[in-house]
Amino acid sequence: MNANDTCKMVNIYLYTRYERFWHWLQSALIGVLLVTGFEANGLYTLFGFKTAFDIHNFVGITWLIAFAFFVFWVFTTGEWRQYIPTTKKMLLVVRYYMYGIFRGEPHPVPKRKDAKHNPLQRLVYLSLAAFLLPVQMLSGLLYWTYNSWGAWGLAWLSLKVVAAVHLAGGFAILSFLIVHIYMITTGHSLGAHTRAMICGWEEVEEREAIEDWEIKSRAKTAA
Amino acid sequence: MSIHSNEARCTSCHIGYGWKDKSFDFTDASKVDCLVCHEHTGTYKKFPAGAGNPVKEPILFPGDGITYLPPEWNKVAQSVGRPTRENCGVCHFYGGGGDMIKHGDLDSSMTKPNKALDVHMGVDGKNFDCTRCHTTSAHQVAGRIYSTPAATERRTLVQDDLTPRITCESCHTATPHKPGVKANDHTDKVACQTCHIPEFARALPTKMRWDWSTAGQKKDGKPYKEKGPLGTTVYDTQKGNFTWDKNVKPQYFWYSGRIDAVSLKDPVDPTQPVALNWPVGRPEDPNARIAPFKVHTGKQPYDTVNKTMLVPHLFGPPDSAAYWAKYDWQIALESGMKKAGLPFSGQFDFVETSYVFPTTHMVAPKEKSVSCNECHTKENSRMANIKGVYLPGRDGNKVIEVLGWVAVLGSLAGVLLHAFGRAVSRRRKEG
Repeated sequence: MNANDTCKMVNIYLYTRYERFWHWLQSALIGVLLVTGFEANGLYTLFGFKTAFDIHNFVGITWLIAFAFFVFWVFTTGEWRQYIPTTKKMLLVVRYYMYGIFRGEPHPVPKRKDAKHNPLQRLVYLSLAAFLLPVQMLSGLLYWTYNSWGAWGLAWLSLKVVAAVHLAGGFAILSFLIVHIYMITTGHSLGAHTRAMICGWEEVEEREAIEDWEIKSRAKTAA
Repeated sequence: MSIHSNEARCTSCHIGYGWKDKSFDFTDASKVDCLVCHEHTGTYKKFPAGAGNPVKEPILFPGDGITYLPPEWNKVAQSVGRPTRENCGVCHFYGGGGDMIKHGDLDSSMTKPNKALDVHMGVDGKNFDCTRCHTTSAHQVAGRIYSTPAATERRTLVQDDLTPRITCESCHTATPHKPGVKANDHTDKVACQTCHIPEFARALPTKMRWDWSTAGQKKDGKPYKEKGPLGTTVYDTQKGNFTWDKNVKPQYFWYSGRIDAVSLKDPVDPTQPVALNWPVGRPEDPNARIAPFKVHTGKQPYDTVNKTMLVPHLFGPPDSAAYWAKYDWQIALESGMKKAGLPFSGQFDFVETSYVFPTTHMVAPKEKSVSCNECHTKENSRMANIKGVYLPGRDGNKVIEVLGWVAVLGSLAGVLLHAFGRAVSRRRKEG
């Protein structure tokens, strides 16, 4: 017995072309940054310090610029509402991943076009997009512009501290990545989430109505 | 080891005539030897033990077996001109008793170096002579680095046409690389020489160690010398054991342009190696840079009661108190300290010493400069001993690294456990 037996599946268009492009671009950039960043920190030798350093800087700046487009997109499309955190059904989702998933129960908050993040995802992605990634970009940018600190009145900054923050961020992103890559296998089939992020369409369980709090419409939030 | 009681030998390199003891009058301009710097025939030779004087009649110097001839004064005097590399080299390549002894970056190979040995002085390249950088103002030659730095202001010719050309920055500025090259960002902490002189003594070996404590051994009752694998003397009855090396990686220290030294009155701690001199510089000093040095080690006599370094009377006639006459340290040290006018308890021993020489010549072509990886690494970093600066690749953060790996491996273990649970529960349902 599995989810397909009890629920009717529908195909919905979940991720727009830009969203998918951004996701894969960002994952590639972060992948390269992790590999070259840990090398520059002295963990292993792959490209050699100089090449690793050059790649890391170039890709880091690329990420920063591309991220600006994402910020623009997330605000102009109203997609930012998908990131508003909530505690509703949070415990249900936690219970699902800790218990229900092993028993083949359906997901308590299936994806919808207007609510593609469950409460846990909202919290994680908000922390990521609004805190961890910006901290990583800012600390990286400061690290990169070390020689200008004096001229910018930032001479009080300590390179050791900035480097430590940047390294801690790197570890946090790597931890996220491991869990994230695993979580994409937890759709109704192992490849369902991945397929959705490639072609945009995901098969989800049909449900009559989505709940009020999940709707991201302007009218709803204004009310 | 010092000049006191040994003036006549040591001062053969001094540009004065007749500095044979401490009564020498430094204000007497008639004692200045113009020719040693300005003659161009290459025939003007001073007697090695003549207190800066050439000989008046042919005399054999037993130390090198050469018979020194009186200069042909007319020829020599008529040849004068701006100092050449040969002129400067007569003293600066041969300091400490011969070629390749003192400076790791200045020896006879620098008389006619190729570009690979010195990119500025290479005869197949820019062909600079010494005075190109060691500019002179009324006979004051730029480049002294003991009590005052060679340059106190970091001015360049770009800012001031009349600035001395003594530092690399004088011509190359503080941002000598192409715009955007990270090396430009290093010049606030790292001296140019640190990257651009990967090794010194690249053509000839240089002396790295001089152990005076083994001097005095004789073969068949006679003083002797022994050569080593590099073709250089490794034992000399007069001087003890030598160690030589070629293509030597420098050691690095913070350096603000001054070198301080122990004086004969300063107390020393014989329980550890005595630094006879050391580069002055702290990482917090905005004028300090990480700079390369040759560190010459040795063993030298010190007073075990007064805890000071001692000066032996080394050089003198066969019947004198000199060490090279009687091979008796006790007598030589008493005589040396007496002439220096300093106390000696009569008790002595040998102590491990070190002496630094700044490394600034033998600038290699840019392709040969030190690569990023040689410093920015955890293992065998050239900067392993440099403190006071966070060096990416060498330095990390142990706490964050441990916590980071706990988080990463914890996540990995968590998802693997979860995946295992899913696999088991699925099999159970299917079965």
